[in-house]
This record gives sequence, C-alpha cells and structure tokens, in this order.
Amino acid sequence: MVNWFRLNTMKGFKKRKQTKEVRYVKTPSQVTRQTRRVGGDLLDKLCAHCDGQGQALFSSLGRLVDSPFNSIMTIMVLAITISLASGFYLLLNNLHQLTANIETSAQISLFLKDEITDAHANKLASTIRKNPAIQQVTLISKDQALAEFKTYSGFGSAITALKTNPLPVVIQVLPKNTLEDKKELENLRQEFQRLVEVDLAQMDMQWVERLQSIVAVAERGACLLNTLLGFAVLFIAGNTIRQELHNRHEEVIIAKLVGATNGFIQKPFLYAGLWMGMFAGLLAWFIVSVMMLLLRQPVEALSGLYGGGFHLLFFSVADFFKLIGISSALGGLGSWAVLSYQLQYTRPE
Amino acid sequence: MLKFDNVSKRYPESGEVLRDISFHLRHGEIAFLTGHSGAGKSTLLKLIAVMERCTRGQIFLDGENLSAAKESQIPFLRRKMGFIYQDYKLLQDRTVFDNVALPLVIAGIRHQEIVRKVRAVLDKVGLSGKERKFPIALSGGEQQRVGIARAFVNKPPIIIADEPTGNLDPELATEIMRLFVSFQQVGVTVLIASHDISLIEKMNHRVLKLANGQLVSA
Repeated sequence: MVNWFRLNTMKGFKKRKQTKEVRYVKTPSQVTRQTRRVGGDLLDKLCAHCDGQGQALFSSLGRLVDSPFNSIMTIMVLAITISLASGFYLLLNNLHQLTANIETSAQISLFLKDEITDAHANKLASTIRKNPAIQQVTLISKDQALAEFKTYSGFGSAITALKTNPLPVVIQVLPKNTLEDKKELENLRQEFQRLVEVDLAQMDMQWVERLQSIVAVAERGACLLNTLLGFAVLFIAGNTIRQELHNRHEEVIIAKLVGATNGFIQKPFLYAGLWMGMFAGLLAWFIVSVMMLLLRQPVEALSGLYGGGFHLLFFSVADFFKLIGISSALGGLGSWAVLSYQLQYTRPE
Repeated sequence: MLKFDNVSKRYPESGEVLRDISFHLRHGEIAFLTGHSGAGKSTLLKLIAVMERCTRGQIFLDGENLSAAKESQIPFLRRKMGFIYQDYKLLQDRTVFDNVALPLVIAGIRHQEIVRKVRAVLDKVGLSGKERKFPIALSGGEQQRVGIARAFVNKPPIIIADEPTGNLDPELATEIMRLFVSFQQVGVTVLIASHDISLIEKMNHRVLKLANGQLVSA
C-alpha cells in the first residue's frame, strides 16, 4: 500500500508543520481559502489527478527499494534476457556493416600455381593490366603474403620453421564498374581460369553473396529469438507483479471495499512493472557495452587482417533510447496483462 | 435511503439464506440488525456492499438499484457507504493517518483537503495526536475508532457496521455507540449488525430481527 499514497502522507506531514501556527492564530484565513476553492473545483480535481499519478509513479519506485532483494533478482533476470536480445541486435548491425562495405566489390582473385615465380607473376599482371575491362590490378607476392600471414595469424613462429613458403602468389583484379552484369563477370573469371599460370580464379562476389545469405539467415534467426526473449520479459515481469499482488492481497481487498476502482489499484503495480523494465534495460545496456568493450580489441585485430574496413559498432544514442523504451514497455505490458486478469478475480469475500 | 424489496438470496450449496426481505431505512435513521448466527446477517450486509448479488428482489441505495449495478459501477456505489468491521480491517503497515485517508485518496481528493478532513474526523472520534501511530500500537477500542473514522471521513450517506463492538468491553461499546448516534444527528443513516441484546435494548432504536433467513420484526 506504500504505493497508493506515500507521497500524500509526506506532503501531509510537511503541511501539518506549516499549518500548526496558522491553525491557532488565524482561523479566518482558512475560511476565505475555502470559499475561494469553490471556483477552482475543476483545477483542484486536475491537480488531484496529477498528484495521484505522480504519487503512484514515485511511490512504486519506493516500493522497489523497500524489497531490494526481490527487485534486484527480477531486474537481473530481466537484464540478462534483454542483454541477449540487444546483443543479437548489435551483432546483426555489425554483420550488416560487413556486407554493406563489400557489396560493390566485383574483385576477382587469381591464385597462381605454386611454381610461378614473382617475376613471372609480374609479367602476367602487366598483361592483365592492358585488358580494357580491367580497372586495377594488385600483385601480392609470396613474401608479402607470408609476412601478412605471420603478422595476423598468430602462427608466426610455426611459419618461420617452414623451409619453403607454402603461400601462392595472388593477383587481385578489379574489373571496371561498367562490368555490372554477372554473366560478363563470370566470362571474365573463366577467361582467367583458362590461363596456364592460374591455379584458381575466384570471384570475391561469390563470397559476398554467400555472406549475404548467411547474414539473412542469422537475421531471421535473431528476429525469432528476440521475439521469444521479448515474451520471456513479458512473462518474467508479469509473474513478479503477480507475486507482488499476492503479497498485498489484503490491502487490495480493503481498497476495493472502500471503493477503489481496478484502475486505481493497478496503477502502482503497473508503474512498478515499468520501473523494473526500465532498470533492466539500463542494466542490459551496461552489460552489452562492457561485453562490446571486451570484444573490441580482438575484432579490430581480425578486421586488420581483412584490410581494416570493419569497426565494431556500439549502441547509438537512438538505440539506447529504443532499448530503454522497449524494455520499459515490455515490463509495463507484462504487468498490465497480469493485473487486468487478476484484479477481476480478486474480490472481497 | 436503503430499501430492500422482496430480496432473496440462494446459494447453490446452502439453499435459501435470505427469503423475501423487505424493509426501508429512512435518512438519518439508526437501526440494529440482529439475529442468531447463521440467520443471514452477514449475507444481508454482503448484498448491501455488492459483494454478493441477490437472487430475487431489488435493493435501492439512495435511489440507485444495487441489484442491477454493473461491475464497473460497484466502486462508486461503495463510496456512498461507510463500512465498519468487527476485525477492523486496517492496513497494519500504514499509519492511522493513512488508514483514514484511504477513501479520500481513492476519491482523488487533493492532499491539503485530505489533511484537513482526516484531522477533523480523528478529532471527532477522539484520536487526535495519534495520526502517526501504527494500528498495532493502539488498543482494540482505538483501532475500532480508526475504522469508524475511515468509514465516516468521506461523509457517506449511510454507515454499515458489522458487529462493531464484538471485540470490545461494554464500556468501550457504549462509547462507540455514542459515536454512531452522533453520526445520525448529522443526517447519516446507520445500520448496525449486532447480537449484543443488552446493548441494543439500552439504545432503544429500531431493530430488524432475522431468523432463519426471514425478517421476523422490523
């Protein structure tokens, strides 16, 4: 019951101190105040309504603090659930960035046969460069490839132990933008594949397409999981409020007997659900942010391996507010569903 | 003020608990509802509080038909009645002030107004100065007076008391009865369910006597 009128009482006590002097000294002023009141009746009602809302809002917060252990347990469970959901969301965002960056690349990689020397490869590269359909040709020599591999793979010492360099020479060919058509690109790839020096001519595009469909699968999966997690939040919040309602059964009955509407009774419980959702959202944001910070370094290193075009995305400000908003809404909604059902069946006997 | 018109109440398990009850309590009237236990007193009170619905007949409070009230109207009808219980039904974790203020908070009255009204009614029942105390720190008589203050604070047209003196010694009971008479004097209708015959006789007011679910004297 703390919730229904805690603020009122506090205001009451404050007021009492002030009126104590007034009460005995100037009673007439009280009379004039009362007569003036008649005109401001509507305003009074409005103020009383706002008082009620504010009271329920803040005293429900007070109640969460009154039973900290229970509240913390529920908020933790909610926060972990919301962290999972928002973690998936962030993961997707990052994957999107990955496919967005390389979407336009129609690059073809030519892995040359092992016996081809760097000099031979250089000659081949300059021939390719003369092809009018080609925009840019980059040669990665055996030594360059090895050096890069040593730096990023973490197998540095193992590679040093190797007597020969196992990596092939690679020529990266970027066709002109005019070559948009897939079929033409494929023809070009086949043309390269037929070259005697080329072991494997691979279209990077193919990888992009594969990656895109993997991302699409992940996206769908994450969506489904997030829906499930959303329901979990609803049920957790609802169940906590149900328990709270059960604990305060007698107060609810007494309130009903003195004429409280279901709306009045459910208000503080509803706000308690909202607060729980909000705190859980904040905590989830914190948890995910910490996890992202821990992931940042290895991800940046990995990104470096692929040319450094990828940077880990954090929650944006809009994401933050969305997260808090959705968590609060889910907390409130779960409570509301339970309350509107349970209060109907809570009757004085 | 309160009118029962051929009211019957039947429970599937226990059959007809009230049969053809008709009476009319006028504005500012005090009446005792009496009868041995099981005679149907509490059922009759539950019908007034709309905790139960009558099977036949009609009940009118201040011109409104309680037996036809929609579920959503019930809270507003209950605000027109002040209920007093034998076990007081106070909120143990709230102060006297909060307990008495509850009906006003529910009615959405501004807090300055609440403070004024609560203090006035506590003064009337002789509990001024105890508003910050918790019910547990009060005697039985004082707790009952908190219950009475809560029932009266919103100035309802009717006050219904269920065995209000059941747990009190005769001296305190007389005091409580005096309070009810003072309510009557300001125009409030009072219905008191009691089996305390000696007290009822001493008070010399109208008596509604129930026996086996029927009104034997009104």
